[in-house]
Amino acid sequence: MYVSGGMTLIPSMKQRLAAPSDLIDLSSLPELEGIEQLNDAQDSMLRVGGLTRHNEVAGNVLIQRHLPVLGQVAAAIGDNQVRNRGTLGGSIANADPAADLPAALLAMKASVNTQDRQISADEFFLDLFETALDAGDIVVSVDFSTPQQAAYEKFRHPASGYAVVGVLVACFADGVRVGVTGAGPCAFRACALEDALNQQFLPQAVDAVAIPDAGFNSDIHASAEYRAHLIKVLTKRAVASLLS
Amino acid sequence: MSMSDSGSQSIAITVTVNGEPHHLRVAPNTLLVTLLREHLGLTGTHVGCDTSQCGACTIHLDGAAVKSCAVLAVQADNCEVLTIEGLGSIDNLHPMQQAFRDCHALQCGFCTPGMIMQAVDLAQQSSDLDADTIRQGIEGNLCRCTGYQNIVEAVAKGASMMAGTNTLAHEA
Ligand SMILES: Cc1cc2nc3c(=O)[nH]c(=O)nc-3n(C[C@H](O)[C@H](O)[C@H](O)COP(=O)(O)OP(=O)(O)OC[C@H]3O[C@@H](n4cnc5c(N)ncnc54)[C@H](O)[C@@H]3O)c2cc1C
Ligand code: FES
Ligand code: FES
Repeated sequence: MYVSGGMTLIPSMKQRLAAPSDLIDLSSLPELEGIEQLNDAQDSMLRVGGLTRHNEVAGNVLIQRHLPVLGQVAAAIGDNQVRNRGTLGGSIANADPAADLPAALLAMKASVNTQDRQISADEFFLDLFETALDAGDIVVSVDFSTPQQAAYEKFRHPASGYAVVGVLVACFADGVRVGVTGAGPCAFRACALEDALNQQFLPQAVDAVAIPDAGFNSDIHASAEYRAHLIKVLTKRAVASLLS
Repeated sequence: MSMSDSGSQSIAITVTVNGEPHHLRVAPNTLLVTLLREHLGLTGTHVGCDTSQCGACTIHLDGAAVKSCAVLAVQADNCEVLTIEGLGSIDNLHPMQQAFRDCHALQCGFCTPGMIMQAVDLAQQSSDLDADTIRQGIEGNLCRCTGYQNIVEAVAKGASMMAGTNTLAHEA
């Protein structure tokens, strides 16, 4: 099993939720480092190395210039010590239902690059802690398309910092994308909200959309119904902030 | 500690702690905090929760504040570690330690080493810290005596003292 920042894996090992016989530390692989601009004919894109730590994403100049919302998502993760260790690759490979970055990948038309293939974000997050990665696959980098504008709104769990619900709204020339985390077993795109916002990019457009809560997470922190409600509230906030 | 040093083989590592290189053999499941406290006797770094929540175990790894209860000792191979013992001494307190003392920013003192290591990381990012930035910055550190008011004052004061004096022992 691989270890990067260890911010998820080491606490899981202490709780005996993970008991790997061997660990391979990815942190000295230069191929997994770096943030660069890609020259794609259609979209402007940024490639972010799998080993990039959350605080590096938050503070990187290229990201601040071309994809500031990704920096904001990274800065909203946990606390400073966690952001100094935790990595992009580790976060998405782990696919915690309440992790922030998965919403960003979905909204920003990202693709995940492994050693030998490219997986689109739409096909990457499959279920609770389950992704399209096969055993041995390494998240080498992630390619993000840069939207015209985007905003992330997070309802933060006050103790853990994780997203009770997080919504990322991104506007591209060919339409709006809405990535949601925290609500379901894994992050997903809210297609009904995308359709409504494509017709009318206003907070009120969200009102008429029904978000069924079937299959949503329900725990001591928030019921499934409440999480469904939060998706609409946070989407409205994101749209309002983009219009202001 | 919930993870014992029961690994079958040991791994040779070199870690520079407070400026001094150490060549050690550790079990693969030894935590960095265990290496510091039990192998090197540096008990200034505390273990409050062992579940990465409280920040009492915060040290600097290659200049960045991290929770040493969530880092394996082998992950610190070829790295620089700074602990509270390397920050200042009783005769020559680091400005952030002096500020905690001046502002009475500790009661039982258990959270203090982690608070100070985190505060120094914050102050290195900016010398002009407002109360909100400090409160957000110390989110990963819990004080069970709940003396946050004075801690926030101390961090602000320490940050401005550091900007004025810049006497960091082991970090350029
Ligand atoms: C106190 C605390 C608060 C947190 N709060 C938040 C929060 O608010 N929001 C949030 O999103 N996250 C939060 N996290 C989780 C944090 O973001 C983790 O850093 C992240 O989930 C995992 O990244 P890592 O690099 O530490 O992965 P690791 O713990 O090293 O690994 C996690 C899993 O991913 C695999 N893996 C690691 N790297 C790769 C790779 N490159 N390719 C393939 N597989 C890989 C590992 O084998 C393992 O299964 C928090 C964590 C803590 C301890
Ligand atoms: S002991 Fe490491 S965070 Fe509490
Ligand atoms: S002073 Fe007692 S825990 Fe902070």
